[in-house]
Amino acid sequence: MKNYDIVIVGGGPAGLAAAVAAKKAGNDSILILERDKELGGILNQCIHNGFGLHTFKEELTGPEYAWRFIQQVLDLGIEYKLNTMVMDIAPDRTVTAMNKEDGMFQIPAKAVILAMGCRERPRGALNTPGYRPAGIFSAGTAQRLVNIEGYMPGREVVILGSGDIGLIMARRMTLEGAKVKVVAEVMPYSGGLKRNIVQCLDDFGIPLKLSHTVVDIEGKEHIKAVTIAEVGPDRKPIPGTEERYTCDTLLLSVGLIPENELSQKAGVEMSRITNGPVVNESLETNIPGVFACGNVLHVHDLVDYVSEEATRAGANAAAFVADGCKEEKPAHPITLHATDGVRYTVPSTIDTDRMTDQLTVRFRVGAIYKNAYVSIYYGDERVRHTQKRIIAPGEMEQVILLKDDLKKHPDLSDITIKIENE
Amino acid sequence: MLGHIQSEFRYYSCGSMMAKMNVRGNEMMDDLCRDLDIPFRRNGSFVVCLDENEKAGIQALYDRGVKNGVPDMEILSGDEARKLEPNLTPDAVCVLYAKTAGIICPFKLNIAMAENANVNGVDFRFNTRVETLKKEDGFWKLRTNNGEYKARYVVNAAGVYADVFHNMVSKKKIHITPRKGEYNLLDRNAGGIVERTIFQQPTKYGKGVLVAPTIHGNVIVGPTATDIENKEGVNTTQEGIDELTQKATRCVPNLPMRQVITAFAGLRAHEDHHEFVLGPVEEDETFIDCAGIESPGLTSSPAIGEYIGNMMRDMMHLQNKENWIATRKDILKPSELSIEERNELIKKEPAYGQIICRCESVTEGEIIDAIRRPLGARSLDGVKRRTRAGMGRCQAGFCSPKVMEILSRELGLPLDEITKSGGESKIVFERTKGLEDK
Repeated sequence: MKNYDIVIVGGGPAGLAAAVAAKKAGNDSILILERDKELGGILNQCIHNGFGLHTFKEELTGPEYAWRFIQQVLDLGIEYKLNTMVMDIAPDRTVTAMNKEDGMFQIPAKAVILAMGCRERPRGALNTPGYRPAGIFSAGTAQRLVNIEGYMPGREVVILGSGDIGLIMARRMTLEGAKVKVVAEVMPYSGGLKRNIVQCLDDFGIPLKLSHTVVDIEGKEHIKAVTIAEVGPDRKPIPGTEERYTCDTLLLSVGLIPENELSQKAGVEMSRITNGPVVNESLETNIPGVFACGNVLHVHDLVDYVSEEATRAGANAAAFVADGCKEEKPAHPITLHATDGVRYTVPSTIDTDRMTDQLTVRFRVGAIYKNAYVSIYYGDERVRHTQKRIIAPGEMEQVILLKDDLKKHPDLSDITIKIENE
Repeated sequence: MLGHIQSEFRYYSCGSMMAKMNVRGNEMMDDLCRDLDIPFRRNGSFVVCLDENEKAGIQALYDRGVKNGVPDMEILSGDEARKLEPNLTPDAVCVLYAKTAGIICPFKLNIAMAENANVNGVDFRFNTRVETLKKEDGFWKLRTNNGEYKARYVVNAAGVYADVFHNMVSKKKIHITPRKGEYNLLDRNAGGIVERTIFQQPTKYGKGVLVAPTIHGNVIVGPTATDIENKEGVNTTQEGIDELTQKATRCVPNLPMRQVITAFAGLRAHEDHHEFVLGPVEEDETFIDCAGIESPGLTSSPAIGEYIGNMMRDMMHLQNKENWIATRKDILKPSELSIEERNELIKKEPAYGQIICRCESVTEGEIIDAIRRPLGARSLDGVKRRTRAGMGRCQAGFCSPKVMEILSRELGLPLDEITKSGGESKIVFERTKGLEDK
């Protein structure tokens, strides 16, 4: 097996953008390892439009958006292997992978980019009581069956959870002639994008029941009905609020989990909030030369931001290799703190010497805030205070930090991002 | 899913069929698992006493175990027990440690025995429900949803329905209550929290639930025990889930119940007298019961087979088969091979180079083997129980469409005829618009 400088684990939007950026930054020894039979990742089954508004200033479908990057990968002659599963990443950046043609092989990479994406939370993780019949799908599995295989899982649908894939599938199943009876969301707000609630539910008259969950599943062989109940502030069902819906399909859109089994085995430090690696300003993990981007790092709402983030990871990986794979850590990194409603930040630390002129810091909040302020503190000093009409858990937020500005505070060790009501 | 091989000292009075079959079954398990190529590990079990005033009960269990012929038992102090199991509660005052208890995959055990029976000439008819049973001219006539069958002997191993068939032929009625047991299965990340199977000592306040590693490295918690009417009532309940969480953390307080990946329920066939009903009915020696098989049924199963088999050999004057096939090879597991061996294999059979289930690292080669072997898999659950594809943390989210494709290709069936678990459990129904004829 040939050796490569940079091995990219995953050929979805993150892996593709990272590969293109690393190549453009001057590295000619890049390999993308993709477990599926095509490049593009989950975008291939996202046949709806709305992708690329930020990146290309036009509305593309998922496969079209993916193709923009696949085309660059092909044009730039970047190597890739399909149907190839990465089995292990060692702390010394040796990647072990397997496919039918090459068998099991190892590549001692100089840099590794983690771009494995995320998976859906299954029913089991919710521990919803009831039977375990056929007809229960995570929304993404149903999306694959409908859009790739061309088969309908059923005609009478209940959706639990209002994540974006669930909302998209509510519309998709409706367009295919199914009846989507209700979307139940356990939280008092949706986890999906506002535009998806409007375009996928409201436009089709599909009711969204907030603070509701499924409390029973009927049907021994195939699902026949579910019972939905309202939940209190403790998210426990309120007796007496049960409503029964007959259905032949239950879709779950109850959260996405970054797929970090490989990262964890490699010894990558993980965030308990994002379930993704803890990274610095270069999107580098605690293992020097191992970078992370896209949904494996933290779950995004928009693929445009995945591409932007992955572009940075790719360029940084190329720079790491070009710089001779130096493993020293910065003497005085700045630590970013997420408090008062801000759940996490990506990155978690900043080395002002290595940061770019502008650094985008992304974060999510834990509740809905109206007319509140996003505040940035350098130490105890509030340096920014920006009012926003609405801040919601379903929409990722960002602030931009300037290198020039940080350089003016040479002793700065802590930056805090918080939500303030006034 | 629970595959606990019990060292029996617990609730069965000495001399009962349950005690006898259990001790014999435990004895047979090593050889059986070797012959049928099933992973089996004697991880030992703890019965944990949480109350100074109940310590005498642990001694009583120990004494009963000795009488029942259970080897290698020991009573440990709380501190000694915590040295072996650091996550055991500080409230444990003493522990009965049975070293011969073990864990096994119950699916594998059943499937291996069925495959072995099949290659030795036993026919199986699935999706075939016996509706009536009558003796005519010296033969049993069984009417089913799939036609009629005639037999000289009938063995009644119908689980929670065994009383229905028994009562069709015997005046001495038996009554079986479906006793529901709910379980939670935790992610492999929780594996290692306990090494042994941890029971709580049953007291007048009730019976606890066990916390145990599975043979595949997950952690299992359960079962509850609720008597129900519905013989098909394998649903989980909120009450059951709450009970598991509350009871399991009594012995293992740090148990990460947030890492549950699936929950399920099974029904034990509880006969009113809490005893195995083994042997012919009073009226007719050609109708033989294996009824009331509840815990320790799994451990006892090979012993019950031996006991009933010997009985029928004598009744039917059978001779041992000359060409008996005693061993079986399990599905080849590439993950147990070295890289070199694995590459050899992939060169010969490229399907072993393609991972289908990423959570459990199951290859296409293993799935094809599961489908093609004797009594091969015909559904997603069939593949899952033989290979573990779909048993991991994503619970088949990613691999189910791929396994459906492989089943469809291997069985020559369209995707919309592939089921989750036979019967009405179809997964997809019709083509999307524009593909109706394709």
